Amino acid sequence: METRAALLCRDCLARFAAAPGPRPRCRACGSPRVFGHAELDSLAIAHIDCDAFFAAIEKRDNPELADKPVIIGGGKRGVVSTACYIARTYGVRSAMPMFKALEACPDAVVIKPDIEKYSRIGRQIRSMMLDLTPAVEPVSIDEAFLDLSGTERLHGSAPAETLMRFARHVESELDLSVSMGLSYNKFLAKIASDLDKPRGFAVIGQAEVVPFLAGRPIGIIPGVGKVTQERLARDGLRLIADVQRLSDSDLARRYGEEGLRLARLARGEDRRPVKPERETKSISAETTFDEDIADPQRLAPILLRLSEKLALRLRKSGFSARGLTLKMKTSDFRTRTRARSGFPPTQLASRIFDIGREMLVRECDGARFRLIGIGASDLGPAEEADRGDLVDVTAPRDAGVERAIDRLREKFGGDAVMRGLVFGARAEREKH
Amino acid sequence: MKVTVERAALFRSLGHVHRVVERRTTIPILSNVLIRANGGELSLKATDLDLEVTETLGADVGQPGAITAPAYVLFDIIRKLPDGAQVSLETSGDTGQVTIRSGRSRFTLQALPETDFPDLAAGEMAYRFRVPSGELKRLIEKTQFAISTEETRYYLNGIYLHTLESAGKPVLRAVATDGHRLARVETTCPEGAAGMPGVIVPRKAVAEIIKLVDEAGEAVEVELSPTKIRLTMGPVVLTSKLIDGTFPDYQRVIPAGNDKDLIVDKAEFAAAVDRVSTISSERGRAVKLSIADRRLTLSVTNPDSGSATEEIEVDYDATALDIGFNAKYLLDITAQLDSDTALFKLADPGSPTLVQDREGASALYVLMPMRV
Repeated sequence: METRAALLCRDCLARFAAAPGPRPRCRACGSPRVFGHAELDSLAIAHIDCDAFFAAIEKRDNPELADKPVIIGGGKRGVVSTACYIARTYGVRSAMPMFKALEACPDAVVIKPDIEKYSRIGRQIRSMMLDLTPAVEPVSIDEAFLDLSGTERLHGSAPAETLMRFARHVESELDLSVSMGLSYNKFLAKIASDLDKPRGFAVIGQAEVVPFLAGRPIGIIPGVGKVTQERLARDGLRLIADVQRLSDSDLARRYGEEGLRLARLARGEDRRPVKPERETKSISAETTFDEDIADPQRLAPILLRLSEKLALRLRKSGFSARGLTLKMKTSDFRTRTRARSGFPPTQLASRIFDIGREMLVRECDGARFRLIGIGASDLGPAEEADRGDLVDVTAPRDAGVERAIDRLREKFGGDAVMRGLVFGARAEREKH
Repeated sequence: MKVTVERAALFRSLGHVHRVVERRTTIPILSNVLIRANGGELSLKATDLDLEVTETLGADVGQPGAITAPAYVLFDIIRKLPDGAQVSLETSGDTGQVTIRSGRSRFTLQALPETDFPDLAAGEMAYRFRVPSGELKRLIEKTQFAISTEETRYYLNGIYLHTLESAGKPVLRAVATDGHRLARVETTCPEGAAGMPGVIVPRKAVAEIIKLVDEAGEAVEVELSPTKIRLTMGPVVLTSKLIDGTFPDYQRVIPAGNDKDLIVDKAEFAAAVDRVSTISSERGRAVKLSIADRRLTLSVTNPDSGSATEEIEVDYDATALDIGFNAKYLLDITAQLDSDTALFKLADPGSPTLVQDREGASALYVLMPMRV
């Protein structure tokens, strides 16, 4: 390994010795993005997060949006799913209700999320990560943990340099930027990736971890949400320093197992390994309504549209559903789920809808729903789907019809072909 | 109520009736059996609200009356009493209890009043006919295996009973299918059955009928309403709700043009299928049949465990053919055939195959092939 106090240029990856005084520019390319850290070459757990992922993709695909505030989200009751960095300067945040976001930033360009597109690009980035190490644990579509231990020889560089090369590669190939955190466990890597956003790179080493965490609010610990924070604040615990001051036995006595976890994380200890990608276990589609709905006649077209969405996702991902789960959230935020299995494996919207509707109708007992969703579980291979049998003789033909609809929609847009039930519901809505 | 009855008779009747009771029910009275003593008879009745079985037996009625008691506990008590014993059942005033005495044994059970016991309220039964017991048993036994357990296609969860003209003669026909195989068995149409609506008898009722049909001397009396069926089998009366649904038009999936005839020795064939399928996997139990020149090669390949083949001599003159079937389904069907030789009528590897007794019996089976 190089000398410990080496500096590394994030743009050209040149290494040079650190000198006393202010941090210099890169001696090779003159870039100011020079990075140095005593433990730089010994840390291997990384967290990579794409910067304003959905918004960045939309800006990339439509240069006119480059200097405008852009919000990805939609619907009357919808929430902001991503705000670009310009919109964030107005105070727009993820998960903020859309009307509030538009109050804060009336000029924002609002774009409905195109999840298919974002997942496609997310998968491209994922496969680039997998070129670095097989130990990639996806957290979401645009976020993952990587364990780069033992990859030095393969890549001819320490993990830090490998990551910087990766970021450059994503920028040049996909025209998107990422922020990265590097440390010696997942908890700290995740915190680090948040320190220098966007286009960031930050490191937390063993030597500084305790003082570094001391000044942070307790809420950065995963699993410590609003309610827990309030409870801890009542006990006088606001900063991680407050936890660090208490002994393990104190914390264990007060909060049990959870107290011990807090103690460990407050010292920067986290032994969770980076678990490589899980296999897909379920695929689903759901939607939240603009207003609560109780009427099965009105819910049916929505379920049909979700069934079409789910069927398309199954076809695209090469799975068939051997089980289906209907999820419904009532106006008082209770979730009901109902499941069915034992039917012939399917990827057909019409079959999914028939099974889903049967479950849905039973649940329509006057309760008002704010959300419904339908998910496929017990996934099988696509080849098993809709082969038809002695009773269901039309399945192969129906599968042909739905594939033809897929092609039409791909060519002419999602509204090019609509099922009568959905079309009727839409016409009805427009009349009012 | 006070009634005395012979232990063996009570044990036998309770054995018939108590099976209807669901072990896990949220309605307390559904765990109970209704006991009614009147006019020299004791009648026992149990229900799960879809199915009801009643049996009547002779008894010495000291005081007429009725009560309900936990079915499984009562059955276990009677089961453990010595053979040849006399059993007395007696309600004690208004304490809500029933006392069972036999020899030196005495049991007191918490009871519930008869008035709360649900009645299936069969109502008017428009069709009534008698079927020879053996024929009814055959119709049901030979089709039961094909009943589907799939919740989503609930209309397949039973046997479809209907009448029609077949080869110029009126017949009563039973059909069951789960989509992979179909069983069709028929018998001469009993007098009074012609024109009855097609009905789907649910799986649970079918299972009980098979166990009870031997109680019915020569014939079973069948009564039908649009929503219920009632069968009187000697002292036992079974009433069941019918499945409210439309049975699919099964006629169109029974192949008519299959012209490749394969004739096998049933026992030899079944044993070979059973042997080669030993190595098949849990999920795909496909066995491949390669047929050419009077020779049938059965083979199974399981990437996880290995392969197996076996050859048998058969009667086959058509062009060579490879076709796959689920081994279990092949065994199920061959087990239903009566004669020693089975006739397979094949078309191609992707189309349904017809299986029947060589001597054109009244039973016919259709089997979907699997990809191999």
